[in-house]
Amino acid sequence: MCKSDLTCRPMGFSIDNIRADFPILHRQVNGKPLVYFDNAATSQKPQQVIDALVHYYSHQNANIHRGVHALSQEATDAYEAARDLIQSFFNAKHREEIILTSGTTHSINLVAHGYRSLLSQGDEIIVGQAEHHSNIVPWQMACDLTGAILRVLPMDQNGQLKLDDFQNLLNTKTKLVVVNQVSNALGTINPIKTIIDLAHKQGARVLIDGAQASSHIKVDVHALDVDYYTTSAHKMCGPTGVGMLYGKKELLEALPAYQGGGEMIKEVYFEGTTYAGLPHKFEAGTPNIAGGIAFGAAIKYLNSIGLDAIAKHEDELLQYATAGLKDIDDLIIYGDVPDKTAVISFNINGLHPYDVGTLLDQMGIAVRTGQHCAQPVMDFYGIPGTVRASFAFYNTKEEIDLLISGVRRAVSMLL
Amino acid sequence: MNTQAQQEIIEEFALFDDWMDKYEHLIGLGKSLPLISDQYKTDEFLIKGCQSKVWLRADQKEGRVYYSADSDAIITKGIVSVLIRAFSGLSAQDIVKAPTDFIKEIGLSDHLSPTRANGLVSMIKQMKLYATAFAAQNNA
Repeated sequence: MCKSDLTCRPMGFSIDNIRADFPILHRQVNGKPLVYFDNAATSQKPQQVIDALVHYYSHQNANIHRGVHALSQEATDAYEAARDLIQSFFNAKHREEIILTSGTTHSINLVAHGYRSLLSQGDEIIVGQAEHHSNIVPWQMACDLTGAILRVLPMDQNGQLKLDDFQNLLNTKTKLVVVNQVSNALGTINPIKTIIDLAHKQGARVLIDGAQASSHIKVDVHALDVDYYTTSAHKMCGPTGVGMLYGKKELLEALPAYQGGGEMIKEVYFEGTTYAGLPHKFEAGTPNIAGGIAFGAAIKYLNSIGLDAIAKHEDELLQYATAGLKDIDDLIIYGDVPDKTAVISFNINGLHPYDVGTLLDQMGIAVRTGQHCAQPVMDFYGIPGTVRASFAFYNTKEEIDLLISGVRRAVSMLL
Repeated sequence: MNTQAQQEIIEEFALFDDWMDKYEHLIGLGKSLPLISDQYKTDEFLIKGCQSKVWLRADQKEGRVYYSADSDAIITKGIVSVLIRAFSGLSAQDIVKAPTDFIKEIGLSDHLSPTRANGLVSMIKQMKLYATAFAAQNNA
């Protein structure tokens, strides 16, 4: 719950007030009111975030960190204020531990690129089986270049990582463990605190892909003692094209720079260049200034509702939808465990997820179908993909009723 | 100019005034599409760019090209069955030249998102590629 009355809405969690903040929720799709259940792909944006973008371009637009003029200073202050908001949201110890990136994929690539210099032949990286391709491929690339080996931490039938296997996989060669906090394909929550502690005992570092977690679960990077944590603003009601890499200060200082350019340098001579300190060392070029400022607005917005209230509402939606969908004959839910965020990945026996998703779309219901950029998960279950309905705090039980009747209707058309 | 088969398809789809009837028709077509033998369900015949799998093959008999296809999704099968009706039985040369505007006219492209439309585009492209190959063979 939010502690200060200043940041709380007077009436607490009001779904009507919240929905009024999101203009897109009032449009129609295919002639029907939009039911948006593709929140795991990207969340919708409240007016407050849209206003932040418009305000910046209308009143503050200037390049940051270098102009002596007032506008540049104002834009710099707004951008750096966003960094402070992000730091406090994730409880990072130092503001320079927050690197603003273009998103989770960029954040992971930034670290993976640095590890190309830190890994040696025979070193090992442990990767979870249920990772998004973005948390697999950059490590494969780093392994290809260094001769390091990628080890897969397997999951069980419910999509939960096998911790016994993890302990067996960990050894003195393990340099890094990379797993998500929440699986994008299944919504299952991984026991990252245990994973971090076990890895640290072995002297390995841990990178957590938090893209699917950070707008649903309170994340405290300091308490977790995580080494690197990544997320994307657009999954947190913020704009696309901006995200965050958190890294422990001493680790980021030791990590080689990623892209070269302006902003990230201290002095440039043709004989050699010295790099700027954190966070700018990893922020080459003019950043997504408007996006960064609006990321801050999104954090403010989430704070104003409170992550506890968000999690409570989303869990109610999850339980309600799970019960309703389970009533449908031959419907299989993947990763149906108590510890999960509001994501339901399902199939109906004998039906292709594409067919079900196409018909739901005709009814104005947006779900994701396919492999969800997590092909190994689909291969594990031996399926071409799933239908994934993912809920956010602005969704309602009435919308879930539409999903359930929509799935029933699709089944009757297809069977 | 639409081919005669294309004109017939347009007239047939014009009968449906809501999406549900149209999709029920597509699903019906999908269910009645003659299957291709499992031996052809290989990567060689797989069309890339679709969310569902589509296998397509073509034969030329007495100067005319005949397609057969299968998919693991019913609506996709319905769509490919419409395409087969539009092109099968024509000469390779005619298929290469045949317009594809009928897809828009039957309202399929409107109802297909870019990802799905890419699947549709890939199917047409593959059909035309087969025809181009046969046409080149015929000229050789």
